[in-house]
Amino acid sequence: MSIASAPIRGLQEVARDPRSWWRRSKGSVELWANLIVLGWALVFMLWRGGGFAVTVGSVFAIWAVLAVSLNLVVGYTGLLSVGHIGFFGIGAYAMAVLTSSASYEQLRTEAIPTFGWPFFAALPISVVLAGLVALVVGIAFNRFRDDIYVLVSFGFAVIAFTTFLSWRSLTRGAFGIHQVARPAIGPLVFDGELEFLALLLVFLGLAVLISWLIVTSSFGRVLTAIREDEEAIEVFGYRTTHYKLAIWVISAMMAGLAGALLASWSTFIDPNSFVLLESVLLVSIVILGGLASIWGSLLGALAFVMLEEGMRFVPFLPSEFIGQIRQVILGILLVLLMLFRPQGLVGRFKL
Amino acid sequence: MSTEVDPRVYVLETRDVSKSFGAVKAIDQLSISILREWITCIVGPNGSGKSTLINLLSGLLPLDGGIVVVDNVGLRVVKAHDSPDHGITRTFQEVRLFDQISVWDNIMVVLTERRVFPALLERTKPDHKVEAERILKSVGMWEKRDAMAQDLSYGQRKLLEIGRAMAMDVQIYLFDEPFAGLFPRMLEQVKSILKEMREQERSIVFVSHNMDIVRELSDHLFVLDSGALLAAGEVEEVLGRSTVIDAYLGN
Repeated sequence: MSIASAPIRGLQEVARDPRSWWRRSKGSVELWANLIVLGWALVFMLWRGGGFAVTVGSVFAIWAVLAVSLNLVVGYTGLLSVGHIGFFGIGAYAMAVLTSSASYEQLRTEAIPTFGWPFFAALPISVVLAGLVALVVGIAFNRFRDDIYVLVSFGFAVIAFTTFLSWRSLTRGAFGIHQVARPAIGPLVFDGELEFLALLLVFLGLAVLISWLIVTSSFGRVLTAIREDEEAIEVFGYRTTHYKLAIWVISAMMAGLAGALLASWSTFIDPNSFVLLESVLLVSIVILGGLASIWGSLLGALAFVMLEEGMRFVPFLPSEFIGQIRQVILGILLVLLMLFRPQGLVGRFKL
Repeated sequence: MSTEVDPRVYVLETRDVSKSFGAVKAIDQLSISILREWITCIVGPNGSGKSTLINLLSGLLPLDGGIVVVDNVGLRVVKAHDSPDHGITRTFQEVRLFDQISVWDNIMVVLTERRVFPALLERTKPDHKVEAERILKSVGMWEKRDAMAQDLSYGQRKLLEIGRAMAMDVQIYLFDEPFAGLFPRMLEQVKSILKEMREQERSIVFVSHNMDIVRELSDHLFVLDSGALLAAGEVEEVLGRSTVIDAYLGN
């Protein structure tokens, strides 16, 4: 039934009758998108070795949690939000403020209160805080849709970024927060990159599982109906405002989780990670991978991360341009995609 | 005088209902009564307020004035999401399906849990599946169940929308031009669906411009003109009135 189970069904088909499967699928964009992105990632990791794979894998996992969460709102419910980075930031700052143990007197910069909480105590707070903010914002947003929704969510992203930058007694503004705690379970501290990757993948798995359970439930089907015609589904007895609010909060909590993971993974955060541009990139990932497809979001996040890492090895390309060129390429890809494949790499639904 | 109780029970009434769009009075102090378990037809020239009336009854538009009476309860405000609780469902003049989901899901979505949290926990239930299969077979769309709604032909979309309304299993069905643009075979199909629903003791209101179908199906007829009631009563008698003929030929 669901798009999430498509890869599994696909594999079963391959196993049953590989020849006829190949005849039928060799022209499929979906297949080639999967092969190219996964193959590219695999080749790079083999070539660059373990350390590279672990770092790229961690960045991928964080983006993937974000993309999967945003897809619930944009792809399944049809609310084009470009403000998701705000919830990502709230999660990250909650984690950073609560767990940082830096002594700022030594750094001779502005001091903020340090709580020094452990990671696993701060994690639920980060997630819930993002959810609470989403609840308030969502109630205000519920009256909007379509293009107006893009604008108000844009406004939210700007407000969130400005808050991170200007609330200096809490966030230290542009100085950022140092020494965010790494997770620890008893004596087991996730301070190595590999251990952290394992933890990230567990959380990614959790996010995927929750999303899959949501989109395959009756609730998920109603979300797609809201996307298609909100007024019509209301006539059939659904209070669409409640549904939109619920998925908005759930999605924001997942983004908050991703933010908390980022803060702990990089152990330092500043407002630059939460600029509007990042939010636009995130929306691009979701559209690139495929709207209303969990697998698409995973693939989109992987393609995005590999695009950046891959370009480091393009000859004659000065490394300071990589970030910008990635955005240019992503922009071109999006334009091409909208022209020739509006449903994204593996999606079904067209924007 | 007969002591017999009037068997005609009103299932839905409007009392002095009004609706304006700017300076245009789309519905002007309209009072009509819809009979239980009958097929009621609403006719009238273009712009006479037929679709507006259906939109008001289903809560898609807010009332400017007057009340809607359902089950002897007068409502000043009809909310769209409450309309199934009032026993009302509808189809749209321009077919409004959930285009980019499957035919199957288009039916399933009106069968499942309404409340948010139970819906989050609800997986596809066997009795919902049985019901969806029954509906899809009765509108001849079972073979098309995996297709996306947007890939259906116009007639199939019209039928699927009627099927979606049937799946609601309520008392009152408002069909906005269910016959418009259908080929004869599907026309017959929709006609027999409506007749069958009447036998199952449902109350049906439909809008149509096809006078042959109006004569064949309706037990009761309302003629609207400029948002007001021009005539009401038994079909042949009403259609024979000179005022009605003038309203149609005059436009």
